[in-house]
Amino acid sequence: MKALLGLLRKEVYHILRDRRTLVVIVALPVLQVIIFGYAIRTDVDHVRLAIVDPAPDPVTLAIRARFGAAGVFETVAVVPRIDQLEDLFRRGTAQGAVVFEAGFAERLARGLPAGLLIIADATEPNTGSIVTAYATAVVQGYEQETMARNAAVRIVPSVRMRFNPTRESSNLFVPGLMAFVLTIISSLMTAISLTREKETGTMEALLVSPLRPWQIILGKVAPYLVVGFASVVGVILEARLVFHVPLRGSLTLLLVEGLLFILVSLSLGILISARTSSQRVAMMGALVGTMLPTMLLSGFIFPIESMPWPLRAISVVVPARWFVLVARSIMLKGVGLSYLWQPTLVLLAMALVLLTASTRAFHERLDG
Amino acid sequence: MRRILFLARAEVLHVVRDRATLAQVLVLPILQLLVLSNAATFQVSNTPTYVVDFDRSSLSRGLITRFRASGQFQVEEQSESPERANEALLRGDVTMVLTIPHDFEAAIVRTGAAPIQLTVNAEKGSAAGIVQAYASSITAAYASELEASARGTAGSGAERSPRRGAPRIDVRLRSWYNPDLNYQHYMVPGILVALVTLIGTLLSAQNIAREKELGTLEQLNVTPITRGQFMAAKLLPFWTLGMINLAIGLLVAGVVFGVPMRGSLLLLFGSAAVYLVAALAIGLWISSVVDTQQQAMFVTFFVMNVYLLMSGLFTPIDSMAPWVQVVSQLNPVRHFVTISRAILMKGAGLADIARPLLTLTAFGAVTLALAIRQYAKRTA
Repeated sequence: MKALLGLLRKEVYHILRDRRTLVVIVALPVLQVIIFGYAIRTDVDHVRLAIVDPAPDPVTLAIRARFGAAGVFETVAVVPRIDQLEDLFRRGTAQGAVVFEAGFAERLARGLPAGLLIIADATEPNTGSIVTAYATAVVQGYEQETMARNAAVRIVPSVRMRFNPTRESSNLFVPGLMAFVLTIISSLMTAISLTREKETGTMEALLVSPLRPWQIILGKVAPYLVVGFASVVGVILEARLVFHVPLRGSLTLLLVEGLLFILVSLSLGILISARTSSQRVAMMGALVGTMLPTMLLSGFIFPIESMPWPLRAISVVVPARWFVLVARSIMLKGVGLSYLWQPTLVLLAMALVLLTASTRAFHERLDG
Repeated sequence: MRRILFLARAEVLHVVRDRATLAQVLVLPILQLLVLSNAATFQVSNTPTYVVDFDRSSLSRGLITRFRASGQFQVEEQSESPERANEALLRGDVTMVLTIPHDFEAAIVRTGAAPIQLTVNAEKGSAAGIVQAYASSITAAYASELEASARGTAGSGAERSPRRGAPRIDVRLRSWYNPDLNYQHYMVPGILVALVTLIGTLLSAQNIAREKELGTLEQLNVTPITRGQFMAAKLLPFWTLGMINLAIGLLVAGVVFGVPMRGSLLLLFGSAAVYLVAALAIGLWISSVVDTQQQAMFVTFFVMNVYLLMSGLFTPIDSMAPWVQVVSQLNPVRHFVTISRAILMKGAGLADIARPLLTLTAFGAVTLALAIRQYAKRTA
């Protein structure tokens, strides 16, 4: 026990002595959340619209005015002919276009249907669909207000957007981002710590000490848990204060889950470092092994349910996937442990498995 | 020139000699392309749905059938308990709850209008908007179907009679460049850029740092080779590698993913040639600033992280905060992603991509100059 305390003290000195690294470890996650929080968004709230109006008349002008007033559209060009659209789209000057038929008002006055074409740049399919949906709604709004329609069969859906009524995408991405930056920094921290002992030769000293393998692992993980927890508090504060992400559930639960998640990531790092021989290989492993999977398979950017089944299956073993789920559920849905016991258990199990595996890996080294 | 070739040959031998590295640089990108393109999708389909049907009439069943048949919604569970629906929503088992009130059919028969309620899990902002749009279009289609059949029975039968209440503005919709709304067609041209960038930059960033660690940089410094020649010799092999990667990647994109190639491939390779100089120069610059390979790797990963996430590769540039959009002008990845998508999907020509291409050229020139200067400082 005394030996363990000694090791703990030594690790704490290591961390405190190297101020620069300490600052990097605590500040980097906070900085990354700021940058990416402003960058990773999918809101479509500003659509560059081109209008093709071969013969402007009161009705087309009124509809154009409604597009202007809708708040989402910004008219970037008004051209008389449809073949001028191609250029605007290719350069990305316009994302959407509304094409009026010539003699629009006249046809309506004569009781004929007047043609209106809505074109969206669907290179990015979701933006394309949203642009079409918005534009259709504007035209329909105009129709309903100005041309009294005969009562036809109507089903009127009233829509409730739960958990994120304004559909702010930072509410979605910031909790996920927290998981992303925390994984990378924490697995990196521990990944280097054991291999550094190997490279500097101090590992031998540790091996001949009365410390048991699990104690060495614990001594390596525990101090970083405190540092990691500081990052957790930092990014949660940031999510609340800078991005105004709601926190509908319990803060205590979120902090505890955050601590648990840090433990999993630290254990992953320690396993990598117990299995590799040089700092370089360990870092490469930590970065490649955590960055890409966490970015793509945690559901932080791309919804897991949209992926084909083999990738969904792989995502189960990505720790961040579970923390993304937990963080979003607590912050946005406000649910408690009764809904989250499953991912919590998964995280616990992961921590246990990883820690046991690294203790075992350590054993093998001792024997070898 | 001969000196450049000699040094370049040494670099090529380094890569070719090490089978593991060779496999890494040639196979890994293809693997990434295959995996990432499947993972990186915002496609909204098969939305898990909970149905609460209080009405249990033939009309309400008809509506539910339309939802099932659309392919956009998957009815996971159906009951008459709003509490259980709410729980499923909280647990995350379903994304939408469709509630049909008691007098749905009666209201339609009586007044022609009936309400329904859609509760969408809007955690995923824009996806929720799309779910809502799909649901609304299904109900609207069902309503006009009901109307047509009502008129049909009054009139002559199967033939759909002109609708009295039909909207007088005839709205048509077109989705240009990607009419099937295929997400992979959008992602693959972008991911191609990412992998051409990642491998090349990682290798070049490590390169000079390794020479420093091994001490061979000293040897090179005493040879008559000039700084410019040195950089050129370092660039050339990785540049070629990047172009080969692009060619293989394009082949996979066309054969496996069926990505349209509407524009000139020559233009795409031409732009890639410029872009790679910019991307590799960044790597070389990092490499000459740092002292060890480890630092090089760390910095590269951080830079790549920022570059990739802020390039518009995964999430649209237009959605980013205004200041981020301005900052991202400094991101070469952003410009080449734009170019690649514009050429492949939109069939853009030189005039259409002139701006991003010029930006890339300027960027490449500046970073290359920086890298050479940085290297000079070290040797002085």
